[in-house]
Amino acid sequence: MHEDSNFQNFKAIIRCEDPNANLYTFVGSLELEEQQYPLTPQQLLLRDSKLRNTDCIYGAVIFTGRDTKVFQNSTGPPSKRSKVERRMDKIIYFLFGILVLMSFIGSIFFGIATREDLQDGKMKRWYLRPDDTTAYYDPKRAAVAAVLHFLTALMLYGYLIPISLYVSIEIVKILQSIFINQDLHMYYEETDKPARARTSNLNEELGQVDTILSDKTGTLTCNSMEFIKCSIAGTSYGRGVTEVERAMARRKGSPLEEEVTEEQEDKASIKGFNFEDERIMNGSWDNEPHADVIQKFLRLLATCHTALPEVDEENGKISYEAESPDEAAFVIAARELGFEFYERTQTSISVHELDPVTGTKVERSYSLLNVLEFSSSRKRMSVIVRSEEGTLLLLSKGADSVMFERLAENGREFEEQTKEHINEYADAGLRTLILAYRELDEKEYIQFNEEFTEAKNSVSADREELAEEIAEKIEKNLILLGATAVEDKLQNGVPECIDKLAQAGIKLWVLTGDKMETAINIGFACSLLRQGMRQVIISSETPESKTLEKSEDKSAAAAALKASVLHQLIRGKELLDSSNESLGPLALIIDGKSLTYALEDDVKDLFLELAIGCASVICCRSSPKQKALVTRLVKTKTSSTTLAIGDGANDVGMLQEADIGVGISGVEGMQAVMSSDIAIAQFRFLERLLLVHGHWCYRRISSMICYFFYKNIAFGFTLFFFEAYASFSGQPVYNDWFLSLYNVFFTSLPVIALGVFDQDVSARFCLKFPLLYQEGVQNILFSWTRILGWALNGVANAAIIFFFCIHAMKQQAFRKGGEVIGLEILGTTMYTCVVWVVNCQMALSVTYFTYIQHLFIWGGITFWYIFLLAYGAMDPYISTTAYKVFIEACAPAPSFWLITLLVLMSSLLPYFTYSAIQMRFFPLHHQMIQWFRSDGQTDDPEFCQMVRQRSLRPTTVGYTARFEASSRDLKAKIEDSL
Amino acid sequence: MEVEGGNTSANDAVARKISIQSRRAKVFYQFTQQNLPACKPVLTPSWIVTTFLLMGVIFIPIGLVTLRTSHSVIEIVERYDTECIPEKFRGNKVSYIKDSTILKNCSLYLKVPKHMKAPIYIYYQLDNYYQNHRRYVKSRNDQQLLHGLKSNDTSSCQPEDSSNGLPSVPCGLIAWSLFNDTFKFIRESSELVVNRKNIAWKSDRNHKFGKQVYPFNFQNGTFIGGGSLDPSVPLSDQEDLIVWMRTAALPSFRKMYGRIEEDLDADDVIAVHLMNNYNTYSFGGKKKLVLSTSSWLGGKNDFLGVAYVFVGSSSIIISLVFMLLHVKNPSSFAGRLSFPL
Repeated sequence: MHEDSNFQNFKAIIRCEDPNANLYTFVGSLELEEQQYPLTPQQLLLRDSKLRNTDCIYGAVIFTGRDTKVFQNSTGPPSKRSKVERRMDKIIYFLFGILVLMSFIGSIFFGIATREDLQDGKMKRWYLRPDDTTAYYDPKRAAVAAVLHFLTALMLYGYLIPISLYVSIEIVKILQSIFINQDLHMYYEETDKPARARTSNLNEELGQVDTILSDKTGTLTCNSMEFIKCSIAGTSYGRGVTEVERAMARRKGSPLEEEVTEEQEDKASIKGFNFEDERIMNGSWDNEPHADVIQKFLRLLATCHTALPEVDEENGKISYEAESPDEAAFVIAARELGFEFYERTQTSISVHELDPVTGTKVERSYSLLNVLEFSSSRKRMSVIVRSEEGTLLLLSKGADSVMFERLAENGREFEEQTKEHINEYADAGLRTLILAYRELDEKEYIQFNEEFTEAKNSVSADREELAEEIAEKIEKNLILLGATAVEDKLQNGVPECIDKLAQAGIKLWVLTGDKMETAINIGFACSLLRQGMRQVIISSETPESKTLEKSEDKSAAAAALKASVLHQLIRGKELLDSSNESLGPLALIIDGKSLTYALEDDVKDLFLELAIGCASVICCRSSPKQKALVTRLVKTKTSSTTLAIGDGANDVGMLQEADIGVGISGVEGMQAVMSSDIAIAQFRFLERLLLVHGHWCYRRISSMICYFFYKNIAFGFTLFFFEAYASFSGQPVYNDWFLSLYNVFFTSLPVIALGVFDQDVSARFCLKFPLLYQEGVQNILFSWTRILGWALNGVANAAIIFFFCIHAMKQQAFRKGGEVIGLEILGTTMYTCVVWVVNCQMALSVTYFTYIQHLFIWGGITFWYIFLLAYGAMDPYISTTAYKVFIEACAPAPSFWLITLLVLMSSLLPYFTYSAIQMRFFPLHHQMIQWFRSDGQTDDPEFCQMVRQRSLRPTTVGYTARFEASSRDLKAKIEDSL
Repeated sequence: MEVEGGNTSANDAVARKISIQSRRAKVFYQFTQQNLPACKPVLTPSWIVTTFLLMGVIFIPIGLVTLRTSHSVIEIVERYDTECIPEKFRGNKVSYIKDSTILKNCSLYLKVPKHMKAPIYIYYQLDNYYQNHRRYVKSRNDQQLLHGLKSNDTSSCQPEDSSNGLPSVPCGLIAWSLFNDTFKFIRESSELVVNRKNIAWKSDRNHKFGKQVYPFNFQNGTFIGGGSLDPSVPLSDQEDLIVWMRTAALPSFRKMYGRIEEDLDADDVIAVHLMNNYNTYSFGGKKKLVLSTSSWLGGKNDFLGVAYVFVGSSSIIISLVFMLLHVKNPSSFAGRLSFPL
């Protein structure tokens, strides 16, 4: 059926499961002409799949729209608010509580005073005419007056509630986002993509991230495999340097390694091939001691695979299409080393081989007899070929765990060295495969072929197992050739970035849809895993679970699986509890199926506890839904801030669920970016985004909010204190315009400048001392004590301003002319003090003075005087009590200026003393770094080294920690041997 | 950024333009990259100690000068609210003060403790009097004070907006409760001249109280509050009223009554003949008469000086303590920069 018209009369019935969210399972059957054909995930194409290597397929649609597996995995778009903002709401409630309390106290006093004004028909404060009054002041109905007063007081003390805070924060956040967008250090030139903060809500949340949940492919890695090293006949070849090794080398500061890396960058032009070794390149392998083994090794690489060659018509170059990128890497490597695979038919594989004797290319064709395919349980694949000479060869490659046990006694010549090499490779995060072969004799093959064909053609359900069993019989007594190492290429700068993030105390969890082996390799490549970490692997891919799955009773099987997962989790937890530091940290690796059970309500707490205790967590084979569920679990149960980063459509759920979703605007379309909060072009930009922008924004917003509360409390309380001296009648001490303009003109701009520009330490030091980031994670700058401290400072300042003013300006004359103060003069003096105090308080708390800060702070104060002059010069009809109050009454009076100076200095004194003591004796991280900077210690490498070491905990991952751990081990070994 | 070797002035101009542009670009770059040149103050111990010391060094002298100034002011304060009620009425002061048939004259004798240089300011001081009560403060009409009866919306003055169906000028509780005790000062049987002009703010006289506005229908109600006004004198010249209508900030306040423009010698005895008309007895307020000289800082009040000295000396103490602590255990922070676990 290769024509569309042929399908006109095609009739079949598909029976399948109900719509569900499991991407990796599918149960169904196709009934065609009375025959049942099973349908498995291999026959299923998910929504948004792209066709590769074929122009079209014929198929039937089974689920559409909301029923598709992909849609079932999606979660609704969330509305996100940062933790700081949520806490800010609480502070507003708190302030509102204080407001009500203050008003309530005022009302009671006012009620009592009002009631007493008229007793038995006798007026007490007759000048208020309590006998002839409105409801507001009626002594006969003092309770009503008190209630009405309560409302008046709410309005009056309403200045306590910083309404303009919300507006200011919005402005500040938008400007902060612009800074993030503009940052050239997060601009990716190759794709012309700057960072893009798509919501400005979450800037400060970036400074509090505790856990990063990262996708792997496209985020950490570039989804390309490179053949980088191999071990043949016990000799390791390949001078290629992996990203991790490069990072480690840079860390050690070895100049030799540097040179190599530079060369590397020049030559790495062939995709999938990053191999550099003059001993076997260009046919010179012939001169190596085990040339025959090398030949067999390369031949095996060129023949044992399922890739398809694609010959470019124009230049004759051959490229390959393979199921997985690592397989392509093998054939490419073989090609580059002289064994060019160029044609595949159903029964043969043709290779251009370099003849070591003549040095010319020889065409050789191998007839392909059987392919024993790769499966996750077999962990190996083999081909049986007949060479031109007629020898029967079984060529096999597979994981070390299954291959070494299949070696023949005489095939173990290089076993020791090879094992050593593959350990080295695996530690560097390379994916290793063991290559081995064996010659078959005719008789053995014929017998095998019969059995194998029979098994293949059988119709029973366990057809696959049968075939596997038979294949296993022949895949033995192998002769070891060597091992290959393929690098799953990490994106630029990923190990450095992870290292920095780890030093900042951020946990990184990898959630990937990949196989467990791949995930572990990447764990090593990113230094998330290292030698000496104990891996807790929770997997449902064990043989027992396989058999369980086959059983008829699905629910019983599920229960048994769950029990097994639970058991593994409990064992892991025991390990965690019993572990002491010398045994090394734990790493948790869990696969998708186990995750399904681990995320169930009764198990998830245990799972989470274990996961949090582990240094690194890797979830493999996880579906988008599971990624989102894990994210939600971490987010809700630990109430720490989570950041999810991913690039593909399968990360959308995770991005939406996390507190912050960061999309990588890479190659995999726009879906992740569209549902993210912040888009960056490369994973490595995360370092700057979090450590610099996150930290700054967090610091800025939290200082800004604290300051806002402070300044409103300071202002509001002066009003309240005055009320106590005005029998709580609700008379404001300030002119109405002063009241309204307080938050608008005289104090607004400096606080916005603080929110936009302030830096405790420069970007360079943020990156140099990643530990600084912990200030945000532990929420030190926005803790309740700090907030209350600021509030208390506000109350104290209000008290100082008010009481100093009223005591310095009592009843006596306040100037040479003998004039005494009136309400408006006291108000103006107090207000001047408030403006000075809150602005200078700002100047004290700012640590980064650009001319903008200077302009705003001193400009704010100057503007107050200008305003006083201008407002006072207006007609008294407009300016009312402020008419000429400054120019006539206050300015010529020396006491006015002396009071301002006194109040200003004494208000700042508590805070200044406090911060001096804190800075000197209990400095916070950023203050210590300021110290270092002012001492010039920051440029001392030894010093930085020491600081770095201090920031490492046993559970810290990253290559620095890895380097330290390995050098520690080395030291211990040396000590042992002594 | 200067470009050298420009042959012509045009070249120079171009070069300057480029340099301005590139400078602008540089500033813009620094701005967007958050890398503007900035001063980054760090509170190092030397800074802290210097600041505190400096504060002390500046504040203590200011305080001492202020204190000295305040001490140079001579002030006589005499409470008269109880004394000026005859013994027999002391049991019921309120009914005494409300009884308009009694002439409430009273004499006080003040001894001048030290030589007092002219001008000597005369104040009356009231305590427990809430001129800053909201109802009281609002009970006035500035338009009426300036324009008289032309402004007829006097609702803010209620209940003292009108009497007998006619609007009162000035209206409102403040004007209505005008203080009306009067004082006469006699030294050695000759009356001291009390200058009662220019005791109010000039801006009030010129811009808030009309020159053509005369008191009208004032204090004509059934319930008389305080003093009454001479209907033939315009409001702008009624300085007692103007002073009274600048409401005081606190419940205890002084208002200027007048000036004695001759020196008083030490041990002079001054007889004060006063009319004790004003009712502070209902609400238990005190009345005091104050004679005071004035300095460049105004009247007598030690608070400012004491506060300056106190703040100054505490900064010096803090700086010394700080210095001691700093010398005793020198700083080492590198060891502290570690994970707070």
